[in-house]
Amino acid sequence: MAAVRPIVSARAKPAGPSAWSSWRRHVAGSPTQVVLTLLVVAVAGWALAHFLQWAVLDAVWQPDADRCQAARGTGACWGVVAEKWRLVLLGRYPVDGTWRIVTGSIALLAGVAASLWLAPRSPRWLLAWPSGLLVFAWLAGGGPGLEAVPTDLWGGLPLTLFLTASTMLLAFPVAILLALGRRSALPALRAACTVWIELVRGVPLVPVLFIASFVFPLLLSPGRSPDLLARVVVALALFAAAYMAEVVRGGLQSVPKGQLEAAASIGLGWWGAQRAVVLPQALRAAVPALTNNALSLLKETSLVTIVSLYELTGAVSLALGSDPEWRPFKVELFLVAGAIYFVLCFALARASARLELPQEMA
Amino acid sequence: MVLVLALVAALWLLASVTADHMRARGIRSGFDFLLDPAGFDIGEGWLAFEPSQPYWRAFLAGLVNTIRAAVPALVGCSLLGLLVGVGRLSSNPLVRGACRAWIEVVRNVPLLLQLLAWYLVLTEFLPGADEPGGWAGIAQWSKAGLALGGEGGPLLSPEYLALVIGLAVYTSAYVAEVVRAGVQAVPAGQWEAAAALGLPARVEWREVVLPQAMRLAIPPLANQYINLVKNSSLAVAIGYPDLVSIANTAINQSGRAVECIAVLAAVYLLLSLSTAFGMDRFNRRALRHGG
Amino acid sequence: MTFRSLSRWLLAASFAFGAHAAWAGKTLDGIKSKGQLACGVSSGVAGFSQADGSGRWSGLDVDYCRALAAAILGDANKVRFVPLVSQQRFAAIQSGEVDILARNTTWTLTRDASLGLHFVGILYIDGQGFMVPAKSKVKSARQLKNTTVCVQSGTTTEKNLSEFSRANNLNLRPVVFEKFEAANAAYFSGRCAAYTTDASGLASVRNKEAKTPADHVILPELISKEPLGPAVRRGDDEFFTIARWVLFGLQEAEELGVTQANVEAMQKKARDPQVGRLLGTTEDMGKLLGLDKDWLARAVKATGNYGEIFERNVGPKSPLGLPRGSNNLWTKGGLVYAPPVR
Repeated sequence: MAAVRPIVSARAKPAGPSAWSSWRRHVAGSPTQVVLTLLVVAVAGWALAHFLQWAVLDAVWQPDADRCQAARGTGACWGVVAEKWRLVLLGRYPVDGTWRIVTGSIALLAGVAASLWLAPRSPRWLLAWPSGLLVFAWLAGGGPGLEAVPTDLWGGLPLTLFLTASTMLLAFPVAILLALGRRSALPALRAACTVWIELVRGVPLVPVLFIASFVFPLLLSPGRSPDLLARVVVALALFAAAYMAEVVRGGLQSVPKGQLEAAASIGLGWWGAQRAVVLPQALRAAVPALTNNALSLLKETSLVTIVSLYELTGAVSLALGSDPEWRPFKVELFLVAGAIYFVLCFALARASARLELPQEMA
Repeated sequence: MVLVLALVAALWLLASVTADHMRARGIRSGFDFLLDPAGFDIGEGWLAFEPSQPYWRAFLAGLVNTIRAAVPALVGCSLLGLLVGVGRLSSNPLVRGACRAWIEVVRNVPLLLQLLAWYLVLTEFLPGADEPGGWAGIAQWSKAGLALGGEGGPLLSPEYLALVIGLAVYTSAYVAEVVRAGVQAVPAGQWEAAAALGLPARVEWREVVLPQAMRLAIPPLANQYINLVKNSSLAVAIGYPDLVSIANTAINQSGRAVECIAVLAAVYLLLSLSTAFGMDRFNRRALRHGG
Repeated sequence: MTFRSLSRWLLAASFAFGAHAAWAGKTLDGIKSKGQLACGVSSGVAGFSQADGSGRWSGLDVDYCRALAAAILGDANKVRFVPLVSQQRFAAIQSGEVDILARNTTWTLTRDASLGLHFVGILYIDGQGFMVPAKSKVKSARQLKNTTVCVQSGTTTEKNLSEFSRANNLNLRPVVFEKFEAANAAYFSGRCAAYTTDASGLASVRNKEAKTPADHVILPELISKEPLGPAVRRGDDEFFTIARWVLFGLQEAEELGVTQANVEAMQKKARDPQVGRLLGTTEDMGKLLGLDKDWLARAVKATGNYGEIFERNVGPKSPLGLPRGSNNLWTKGGLVYAPPVR
């Protein structure tokens, strides 16, 4: 087990004579090292070779169902992507409106990116986030100057992005209020916020979505309940807010008490002190954990397919559910969808790693 | 106090308005249906269930099925997570890289997609039920499921297997990160002391590092375990009769959507709280024994 | 907080949730003021309701909603189709998210009495059956002993299956899927020995979704009665009456030989007083329903009579290829018997 001695130690060992020889020492330095290395190489090599054989060498690249059928079991059928890409990426959105939803998604991404990168410099850029969402809602849903497209036709990747971005935006203020409430001096408020947070965190998302989808409308008078998508976004936001509140609370705890006292001494009230002194520091400390919340949320939006909104995961099933010719090639589409999620999550994680930098500026 | 009263009043108002609305629309409501016979079958499970038994018993069977899937997944994700987490710290760059790749891929793809993919793989590539594969007397597998101990053994359905594998694999990536953080938090002096004693690496890990690391890791591990239990609710997408799936059927047989969802939420709350409570007890014991 | 302010707050809150007494008769008003009928359909059952790539809906349930919209609003295209999964459907109609539920839903006592619904009538007479792979050589549902059966959850099917299994000592194990697509996919992958749903659904799955339909056999037994029909929310008797008589009117139009092609000509010169009443040339029956006299003529012009709707969507010449059977007119040996428009 010498092989798994950790590379972490407070005092880094001096580097060996050269990077190569130290690499060799760790790969083939002892019999155990050699066995481990061989094991990894064998397993990874075997898997990679089979995968390449299946995914590249024996694959069918044309959208030709008969050739795909012939290659079934030995080679991948990437033709299914050529055949179904639109349904997977955009769901059932009307074909002649493709430009609208694509432009809308770009605006949304641009808005989110602008507020992520530029907000540390000037908080005004935070407005780019809701602006991006508004542009998306206008382009995708219609309104002044554009023909209306009902939200149940929204789908695929744009819907995934919209759900994530709008939920984060809505959940953020709620999370801050919940976190402040949980630290409040008023016992009743504290109790209410604590109960709410623990209640929501104790329940899976699926029943929460059920509530949004078919319990909530029963609370209202007939015909008065808002659109399903709106209900789902609110449910997701309330759900995510409970998790984010705990992260914000952690950030609040990291702000020294002296800061609050100093703020009070220069005459700031409680709200003023929170807004100008405590929250900026707390939120900055909470950024890495908040990114994790965003990542979970991005993945959890896949569950809305259970209440028949066809975002990326749902669109895959939709694309193949009623097409006997292409149904056998689900694996390929799952891989494509998985790769899209992977790229999105990975990019978001990397972007947030860079976001943590401005911390030193504080 | 006033606020608590207001909260109670608001909840009461909500409940009574809902009940009022439903009564006005001619919708039956109330929990009395829990005592009526359920009328539907449950495909598999530990708790034998007959359609003539009441709804509450069906919910109980669903809960038992949820636990039946969650427990092996908990064990699986812990073992796999420990392995990958320790491997992530290996000095061998190949082992380290492989473990890192595992964690990144598994963590960055939604669980639902992974479950659908596992289920697809199991149902597509297992042999048909009439020509099962397997090793005589040990295990037998086909699209009907995996029978341990040969023909007559207990049958584990593909839905069950996909759920357990999917949950274990997904959570293992998070457990691995928890393990890694725990190991990294063990002070360097401990390593050096162990090395100074001349302990072999295996003993060093088993006797010095992991016990300390695990003690640090228990609270975040508890969170991951609670997540796993909650995530088991995705079973509904791949046809395993867990609590959500039973509630789903019950909603349609009885039409009592609000009541069934309330039962569902309450039971999960109880499950989460009891997992948290159990882990807390375990944590205290670990701290006490650790001195 | 004093008692007075609390009670005032409660009062305000209950207004926000809407006083329930005020909405009787509101469904029809809502449809007219929005200029649109919200019709809850299934998310994709070939022949009953299915959207093509460009979002155009077709099917038996869909055509009924179009005819209803034509009768009420004068335009068969003023329908918003809301696809619903089976768990959602009753809540969607109860909550007013849709005005009418035309989602191949079975009319049963429980549903009529406890869900706050009124079933309008029977749009399709069905029964639950089984489908098996041809190579399994199973010839009767009673041969399915100790096997697994794929089912979609949230349907009357689950209960029928368990009753059939008990009555015949078959020990059938259901594998229950939340979604129609998932249940289909599992059956075609070979997970289950059989697939069960309404016979029309089986035909739809076999003919539209199987790669080679001949590889699958629908077994002869029907194990239940499944009268499928549209349902409306309670509380608006006017709308209920219109919805029910549009269905009867379409069936009577077939009986009297009024078709999509000849309806205009019939309106101009038909002498038969029955046709005259139906099409509003001699007597204005629409007035009694709160509509104009052309209500049914518009519906027939939009979708054709019941027989035409049947032929187009599920009949022998359609991809589903279902025989008319029980769904033929009573005059032709079937069970379709509409009360007279008189």
